[in-house]
Amino acid sequence: MALATRTERQPSLTRSFWGSTVGKKTVMAVSGLIMLMYLVAHMLGNLKIFFGSGEFNAYAHWLRTMGEPLLHYEWALWAVRVMLLAAVVLHGVAAYQLSRRDIAARPSKYVHKRRRASYATRTMRWGGIILALFIVWHLLDLTTLTVNENAQPGRPYENVVATFSTWYGNVIYLVAMLAVGLHVRHGFWSAAQTLGVGNARRDRILKTVANGLALVLTAGFVSVPVAVMTGVVG
Amino acid sequence: MRLTLRVWRQRNAEEPGAMVTYDVDGISEDMSFLEMLDTLNEKLILSGDEPVAFDHDCREGICGACGVVINGDAHGPERTTTCQLHMRHFEDGDTVDVEPWRAGAFPVVKDLVVDRSAFDRIIGAGGYISVPTGAAPEAHATPVPKADADFAFEHAECIGCGACVAACPNGSAMLFTSAKVNHLNVLPQGAPERETRVLDMVSAMDEEGFGGCTLAGECATACPKGIPLPSIAAMNKEWLRATRKASRR
Repeated sequence: MALATRTERQPSLTRSFWGSTVGKKTVMAVSGLIMLMYLVAHMLGNLKIFFGSGEFNAYAHWLRTMGEPLLHYEWALWAVRVMLLAAVVLHGVAAYQLSRRDIAARPSKYVHKRRRASYATRTMRWGGIILALFIVWHLLDLTTLTVNENAQPGRPYENVVATFSTWYGNVIYLVAMLAVGLHVRHGFWSAAQTLGVGNARRDRILKTVANGLALVLTAGFVSVPVAVMTGVVG
Repeated sequence: MRLTLRVWRQRNAEEPGAMVTYDVDGISEDMSFLEMLDTLNEKLILSGDEPVAFDHDCREGICGACGVVINGDAHGPERTTTCQLHMRHFEDGDTVDVEPWRAGAFPVVKDLVVDRSAFDRIIGAGGYISVPTGAAPEAHATPVPKADADFAFEHAECIGCGACVAACPNGSAMLFTSAKVNHLNVLPQGAPERETRVLDMVSAMDEEGFGGCTLAGECATACPKGIPLPSIAAMNKEWLRATRKASRR
């Protein structure tokens, strides 16, 4: 057998990684999985609202004292925030650049139109934009309390109830949570394919996990506004 | 059978094209789709019109030359090549839309003919193995496990027709490139260039202006040779492996 023909590789690995469509998708897959893990923790934390104001507010306060006395007040929280911000920015920039490329790669449409791919797949881009806008709203609503009229600092339980006592608070949240479900449904399975974990044998299990995650996350998040609306939490 | 055809007519790459309607009579249900187009062209030539240009060669489903989008589906409603699609899959009186492959990397040359040389350049970047020339090697010199041989053969079936690109909403060539990479990368004969092959072919694919993969799955549905969607994941795995190895060097 012949020897390998070694061609000169490009010097900067980071650049060739980011410059490749497969590399960018890898960045999207990893950042997406980081956000997904956070979402699972966030959703489980939200469910503490069903144990009453005292326990929920104490849990919210613990998020700030996490890691003490080794870490200073809010250090762990800020570490998570910085990581999430990096994940959101990388995910968004890669998605934007790849989408631009994808649209340019198909400059003319078919005259005979036909629906392509599943609903979750087709809504990834718009769903992603909806989620990015929702994150901004969500932070202004329950972190900085800027848009939450009846908010009191340090009382997250009461602030959540205040948010879900307005019709627009509920509508924005419910739409975003449906978008999360659809995004995770296609995103988790796609991330597995991008990272090379997917194959014919594992396909069914990966799809099941993706659907399960999407369903559990959406149901878990939606349970809070529904509970406020029905008076279970108030 | 009688059909109303709406065919994409475009004089050359520069001029804009449009759908033109033709009535085609005297179609037998045993004709292939290409023979139906031949019937239309005979009529056009006799009436002094320009015949519809379309690519074709072997007409037995193995060369990958033919390929048009029929009613929005690459190679039409059946999972086969256009030359192997028979008119019995259409009803008398149907209106059938015939368009060329649509992708930025596949510019229209004329009518239904597109320039698919981008595929050749992807192959040129690494879709080969380096072997000494001479007499055929002894068949048992390089044993290949059965599972690997099957995997390689499944991907070797790709005829490079471009239906995957035509069907992809992003005009991506991931299924084609993955078929070629996987075919050679799994075999011992392809091992010396295993890393450079996947890196160079993916980079050639990107340079040609194909879109990225969003795992829509349209490619695998359109593929007349049944290259499966997990091929893309297998190539991604190879690409990540090669990148990791390159970073250690």
